[in-house]
Formats: sequence, C-alpha cells, structure tokens
Amino acid sequence: MPPIPGPDAAARIRPAATPQHLLRNFCIIAHIDHGKSTLADRMLQATGVVEERAMRAQYLDRMDIERERGITIKSQAVRMPWQVGDTGYALNMIDTPGHVDFTYEVSRSLAACEGAVLLVDAAQGIEAQTLANLYLALAGDLVVIPVLNKIDLPAAQPDKYAEELAGLIGADADDVMRISAKTGEGVQDLLDRIVAEVPAPAGDPEAASRAMIFDSVYDTYRGVVTYVRVVDGSLTARERIAMMSTKATHELLEIGVIAPEPVPTTGLGAGEVGYLITGVKDVRQSKVGDTVTDAAVPASEALAGYSDPKPMVFSGLYPIDGSDYPDLRDALDKLKLNDAALTFEPETSVALGFGFRVGFLGLLHLEIVRERLERESGLDLISTAPNVEYDVVMEDRSVVRVTNPSEFPGGKVSAVHEPVVKATVLLPAEFVGTVMELCQQRRGVLTGGPDYLSTDRVELRYTLPLAEIVFDFFDALKSRTRGYASLDYEPAGDQVSDLVKVDILLQGEQVDAFSAIVHKDKAYDYGVTLTAKLRKLIPRQQFEVPIQAAVGSRVIARETIRAIRKDVLAKCYGGDISRKRKLLEKQKEGKKRMKTIGRVDVPQEAFIAALSSEEPKKK
Amino acid sequence: MSPALPEGDPAPPDGALPPQVADGAGTRAFGVYVHVPFCRVRCGYCDFNTYTSDQLEGVTQTSFAAAALAEISLAAQVLDAAGVPRRPASTVFFGGGTPTVLPPGDLAAVLGAVRETWGLVPGAEVTTEANPDTVTRQSLAALAEAGFTRVSFGMQSAVPHVLAALDRSHDPAQVPRVVDWARAVGLRCSLDLVYGTPGESLADWGTSVRAALDLGVEHLSAYALTVEPGTRMGGQIRRGTLPSPDPDLQAQMYETVDDAATAAGLPWYEISSWAAPGQQCRHNLGYWRGADWWGVGPGAHSHVGLVRWWNAQHPRAWTQALDGGRSPAVGREVLRPDQVAAERTMLGVRLSDGLPLAALGPAARHRVAGLVADGLVDGPAAVRPVAPAVVLTRTGRLLADVVVRALV
Repeated sequence: MPPIPGPDAAARIRPAATPQHLLRNFCIIAHIDHGKSTLADRMLQATGVVEERAMRAQYLDRMDIERERGITIKSQAVRMPWQVGDTGYALNMIDTPGHVDFTYEVSRSLAACEGAVLLVDAAQGIEAQTLANLYLALAGDLVVIPVLNKIDLPAAQPDKYAEELAGLIGADADDVMRISAKTGEGVQDLLDRIVAEVPAPAGDPEAASRAMIFDSVYDTYRGVVTYVRVVDGSLTARERIAMMSTKATHELLEIGVIAPEPVPTTGLGAGEVGYLITGVKDVRQSKVGDTVTDAAVPASEALAGYSDPKPMVFSGLYPIDGSDYPDLRDALDKLKLNDAALTFEPETSVALGFGFRVGFLGLLHLEIVRERLERESGLDLISTAPNVEYDVVMEDRSVVRVTNPSEFPGGKVSAVHEPVVKATVLLPAEFVGTVMELCQQRRGVLTGGPDYLSTDRVELRYTLPLAEIVFDFFDALKSRTRGYASLDYEPAGDQVSDLVKVDILLQGEQVDAFSAIVHKDKAYDYGVTLTAKLRKLIPRQQFEVPIQAAVGSRVIARETIRAIRKDVLAKCYGGDISRKRKLLEKQKEGKKRMKTIGRVDVPQEAFIAALSSEEPKKK
Repeated sequence: MSPALPEGDPAPPDGALPPQVADGAGTRAFGVYVHVPFCRVRCGYCDFNTYTSDQLEGVTQTSFAAAALAEISLAAQVLDAAGVPRRPASTVFFGGGTPTVLPPGDLAAVLGAVRETWGLVPGAEVTTEANPDTVTRQSLAALAEAGFTRVSFGMQSAVPHVLAALDRSHDPAQVPRVVDWARAVGLRCSLDLVYGTPGESLADWGTSVRAALDLGVEHLSAYALTVEPGTRMGGQIRRGTLPSPDPDLQAQMYETVDDAATAAGLPWYEISSWAAPGQQCRHNLGYWRGADWWGVGPGAHSHVGLVRWWNAQHPRAWTQALDGGRSPAVGREVLRPDQVAAERTMLGVRLSDGLPLAALGPAARHRVAGLVADGLVDGPAAVRPVAPAVVLTRTGRLLADVVVRALV
C-alpha cells in the first residue's frame, strides 16, 4: 500500500490552507527521451492522483505534437499528496520544457521550485541541454537530486554515469539514485527523498501578495490559463489581480490547483502552485515571468527575473497557394494567442508572393510552429532559409535592423552586428578534433575546455555566431559524431563581423527569396552552391538564362541554363487534337503555379527545393 | 492515331449529332478517314491503336471491310438526320495500323462505299499508308485501279541499325523498289521518316534524309521520335536500358531535314511536312484548317462543326456496336467558342500559311510582338498589310508549343 495520506493528513494539506513546511515544489530536469514523462506518469500513479486505468502514457503532455515527438513544449504543475511517517505533504511537480529554444521558460519554471530532480538515462549519460539546465538550477540555489533512470536496460552503465553526475554537482556517487521509471522501481524512494531534501518554501505569508507566472496557456473554452507560484501572501477567488509589468488588472474568475485536472479552490497560499483564469484571450496579457499581485493591496516590487521573449531566428512563411494567405494570417493570429514568443508581420516577396516574416525563439520553435500551422489549419507552406537579425550601422551612423536578408541596405555600411551565442557541446572524447574543426569553420571561438566530465566525455565551450548555428550546424555536429554530441546555447550579445549580402540574379533580376547574409569568406561558396542548385532546378526556357550570384554589383558565381531548342509536338492529326488541346489547358493551369521572375518561369517546386538543404534529385 | 482516348461526354447510342453541326457545313470541306487497326508486328516505339492477329480477341481482319461499310451507312444517316447536306468527299485517307495488310479488294470496297454514299469531288485525293514490305507491284496496281491516288510509305530510316531499334522489319532496299512500282501505276508518293531514335547519330540521319530525297518523292514527313509511356521503348528508357532521345540533337536533325528538303524543292508547309508545290497532303490540311471529316474504324476520331467524337478503341467493341445497329462512338465533346479558338491557334500556327492575325484576340495579338522579338515568329508576315499572319520561323517551328502557350 503506497503511502498516500489518509483523511486526517489530507485535511492538513488542502489547497489554500497548507502551511509552507508541508509543501515541496520541484521540477524534473531531463533530456528528451531520458524518461521524464514516464517518471511523471509513475509519480502520478504512486501518489494516487491518477488511477491506473485512467493512465495514458505521458499524461502531462497535452498536444499531439508533444506526444508524437516525445517532448514537452508547455509545462504544467501537478499537485500530489505524499505521506512520510505520519505527516502528509503536498508535492508540486512542475514540468519543464526540455529544449534549448525555451531556456527562458525553463528558468522561470526553475524559479518556481526549491528543488530539482536531475534525471539522466543510465545508458547515455548527461546531454548538453540537461547540463545547461542543471547549471541554471544550481545558479538558482535549487537542491538537486541526481537520479539515473532506465537501470533496467541491458546497456545501462549506472556506475560510470553515477560518477559523472556526482562530479558535476559535487556529490558522492552513492548519493545518485538509481530507478526505472518504466517498472516503477525506486520511484517511491525518490518521492520520500524529495520530501526529505527539497526545502519547504520560505515566503512571507503576511506580506503583500506576489505570485510568479511560470506558464500561460490559451484554452479555447476558458481563455488564458495562467500557472503561478505564490511567493508571498496569498491569492483568493474573486479578488482583482494586477500584472506588475503592465499594471493591467483583471477579475479572477477562477483559481485552483491541477490534480491533474483543474480543481477550483478558494485560493492559493504562500508557497503554493496553481492556476488562474481571468478571461483574457491572449497569452501576451499574462506573460511568463511577470508578477501577479492583489490589485487592491499591490506589492511594491515585482519578483526578479522577468524579461520579454525575444525572437532570435526569422523565416518567411508563404502559402504555396497564394489564395491561402488570409487563412495563414488567421492561423498565425490563433497560434499567437498561445505563444507569447511568436512574432510576425506581413511581407511580400517577388518570388513567393504574400506571406509573413515570422520571428522564433529558435529552430525547434520554428519547426513546431510550422508543423502546427500545417496540421491545425491544413496549409501548405514554404519557409525561407532561417536567418538571424542584424544591426547594420551606416556611415552616417544610422542603424538599420535587418530581419530579412533582402532588406540589407546598399550604400555605405560601416559595420554589421550579428548575434552570437555561448554554446556548450558535450561529446565523446574521440570526436574532439572533428568537432573543433567544425566550430572553427563556423567562425567559433573556443572559450573553455576541453573539460573531461568522465574518462571519455568532454565538454567544449564556444562563442559562435547564431547565424552559423541556425543553418545546419546541429545536423553537421550530429553527423560528425555519429549522433553522440549534444549542443546547448544561449544568447550572448552581438559582435561586429565582416558580413556581406549575396544576391541571386536570374537573367539579371534579383530573386529576393534567395538573398543571404554570409561572412565575406563564405560568400563565394554560397554563390557557387546555390547557382549550381538552381541550374538543376529551373527548367530550360526558350532563351538562355544566366544565374548569377553577386555581392553588390560584383558577380562572384555564374551558371547558365541553356535555351531549350525543341518544344513541339511532332504529330498533330485528327485523333490528336482533343488530347493536345486538353494538355494545353492543363499547362496553362500549371503556369499559374509558376512564379515569373523577369521573364523566367520558375516552378514553385524549384523554390521549395532550393530553399531546403537537400540536394536536388532531378530537373 | 494515339490510343488513349480523351475524356469527354458520353456519345448517344444512335450517334445523333446536335443540329448546329449543320451550320456552315456547305462552306467546309468534307473528308473521310478510315482507320485500319492491324499490323503484322507491334513496333516497340509505337502507341497507335493497332493490333497484331493474336490480339484481336475473336474478331478477324476479314470482317473489317463489312463493319466499315456499316459505319459508312450509319454516318450517312446521322449526318442526314442532323441536316448536314451531303457533300462529296474531297479527300479519303486510309491510315493505321497498316492498311495494306488488308487485301487491296477490301480497301477498294470501303473506298467504293464512300464513293457511293457521298461521291468524290473531281480530282479527289485518296491516300493509303503502307509499309514497304506489305505491298507488291500487283497490289499497288490494284489500288490505283480502285481509285487511290497517293501512297504514304513508312520508310522511317535508311540505316539498318536504326530500323532495328525501331523494330521495323523491312529491308531498306525495298523502299526504292516500292516507290518505283507506285509511280509506275500513277500513284503519288510520300515517305515518312523518324528522327532521334536511340543510337541514331546525326550522320545516320543525314543518310536517311538523302536516301529519301534521292528518290525524288514529292512529299516528305519527318517526325521526332516521341517516347510514349506504356510502349516497350518507353519501359526500356524508364528502366535506363535505352538512352532517352536528346531534344537538342533532335533539333539539329530537324534543321538537317528542313535544309535538305528545301534544297530539294520541297519547302515546309506544316511543322513535320514538306512538299513540292501543289503536292501537299490535302487530307491532313483539312485537320489543321478545321474541315469536317468522318473517321471510320476502331478508335477513329471525327469532327463535324463544333463536335468532335471518337469511336470505341478495340476492333471487337467497334464491330459489336455496328453489328448491333448502334453507333460505335463512345465519347465526344461539343466545343465552346474559347476551345474552338484555342484549337484554331494550336493548329493554325503549324502551317506555313500561318495563323491569320485576325483570329487572335487583342491580348494575344499584343504578345505577337514579343514572339517576333524572340525570333519565333516571322516579323514581315506579322505586319504585312494584306492578310497579316503568325508564321513561325524555323526556331519558332521547333518551339511551336511555346508560341501556342503564349497565344491561347
């Protein structure tokens, strides 16, 4: 019989009436596939919050994409009862997003906790993103409980990785717990240990109320659901709350806890975690990191650590069928309600028509947004090659911000600033040489390492231009290390670099969708590669078509599509006429799907293929 | 004739035509096409509607003439019922397949039925296609006797390895022989050539062109080999066991034949056709100029006024319909004015006479200047004061589909 609190103990840990010393707030830090969702499922079962038969795999991951990819995009917080000895405790498990794009959201989730379970696959060891999140947790003074998962796997090397974890957090290898979330082995011990080691919250229950928003989710039926951790004071149902960053006030329509479905309560006390519903319809009105206070008796100072999400990566999104443009706008508007980090504005491309320049936190964010747009709205989209944002300083000292390479100013440029990141790469020692070479090629500057985490695992730290990462760095890294390397990065300001815009011209006409901002030393490679690719992709026309790559007015690469010489049906007799006319009608329809650049007809497929990183297969 | 039938509306069982087909019928020439769907062997490149004797599924070549006579009789009823005045045929054309696998008497019987039903205009052109190894001096004499005036031989090439690649069984030396026999009995001669066969060099092609022109024929057709899906050759090319024809090389080959034919006194009059003055194939000109014709035989297409229709493809289905007193037509389309205009453009630009500029709408007329600038359309012909027309340059002939797409 698992130690689930009985009626007496349960009465002492009711929401809004639980003393802080009976609360434990923790999160699980883990890499994709290391078993976080399975562990969360097992904890829900062990604490009796979810009955066995109601269990569905990965209970907390709600969206289809999350379930399919096995990753968590949006966090939630579940309240679970647990008894140690005679005392009942309320445990709040705060689920955290697990990817590099969502570092800020992770940091806010961590700030809602006093402790963290560091969950690592006993067959794989720690990954770079987990390490980065671990450092965030340590910097936030969280108590870290190291746990090796999947010890039931034949390939598990628990002794080796226990040493590695112990070394990272300055503990003894014996302190590293060994569990199997799949079989449930060790899960109850882990819950006990959370109660024993994670400190209770220590806010001031009497002070003016302050609660930190660590997540904000749009729900079609309820509007925005805001997840908060109360730090000081308390929140009660039906009070008026204020958002401290915007001073906006809202009526509290509902307040409650997740167990694991929403349960309304009379309020939330100091140290507690739960949700608020105010009726707002846009997550931007309830921003992650903001402080919620009582509008009648507001706190004087907001909680630290708030910042606005800043898009780092930009891409043009265009409907393949131009008439879908209004649908794309509607779909983006809808998605925006649930994604405070998504920014977009209309743009026009000569090549691709009407679309949007969309800002993303990173590449995964881009991929997720694109996939959700296609899936939920049934749109076929082209996305242009991702790029970063540049500040171009002109000789007259004016500054032009460039989010679309085709807008890169001509004229007298004195300096170009590009964003850089601090990157951490974890990899098997045998690949150090090849990875250092890759980072070098991508204009990286080594800032730390190689540091040995264990006898054969190494950490490298680099400063890298973000633009080099958003292209295909991750793929290159994986392929050079047979998939063993992992990468994490965080923004680290910008640097002045010798960057130029390479334009692609078809018959002398610039094709905006193919313009790119690249380092001067790489302009030639880009030009040669793209012109060669286009030569294979664009069908021959009745005239010769030069394809040029140019920096300013200087042509750096050139290919020629030879003129087609023969396009005629050899025979057109009585029995051929109807078929031939129908073919003609079809070709005319097909021409509507062509984009005409100058006089050159370019099939949509050529744009898609040229913008993707794969080699074209056929003409 | 290509086998795949177009998509269209179903044709009525009695083959009845809407009355408007009679409008202006008196001003249009009338021709008869007879499709003889039989070959001795099936050539690997050919996708025409034709059958070897083991593919006939119960019908026989000997029953063809009788069924053709039944269709001619039905044709007369249908045209009469629609109010189309009976016009003597100006041209009759037997195509295939290989019409000359039938005994000359069968061909003569069908021609006789045409003559009895509608009559022939004085000097009517009566052509049959023939393979060089399916005629004899006697059979050609019999055809001439029956009223045929012209024979079009499927020469294809004079080079043995090219003929082999095309599965053509005749000996190249047979061609001069059959041309002599035909002339001796007063038949005019045309030769068909194919260029761009896998393995055929420019020199091979030059040899074939010279061989054809050295025979002094008054008409020549030359077709770029078109690889059709579903043929044996199409499969070989798809699997990579045969090289695909090179369109640039085919363009050079076109220039070769055009130069040589012109020099031999046979200027082009249609993209793939060259003839001495007055020796053009009038039957084919009817297709390109929008004449009326009735197509007799399996898979044959017909055109009267605004209606195009086509017969059941397989000889058995065609025969059964006629045996049952029904029309063998299976599909048809009644053309809308924009479709009529598109066809007129598509067909008209193929001719050396060109497409009258007046046939084009203002937008299309505007685009002619661009085509002239690109060297695809002859400038002087487009701006001459009398009967200005879109006449293709030689470059334009090779890119005729580009021109058509610009004008429709």
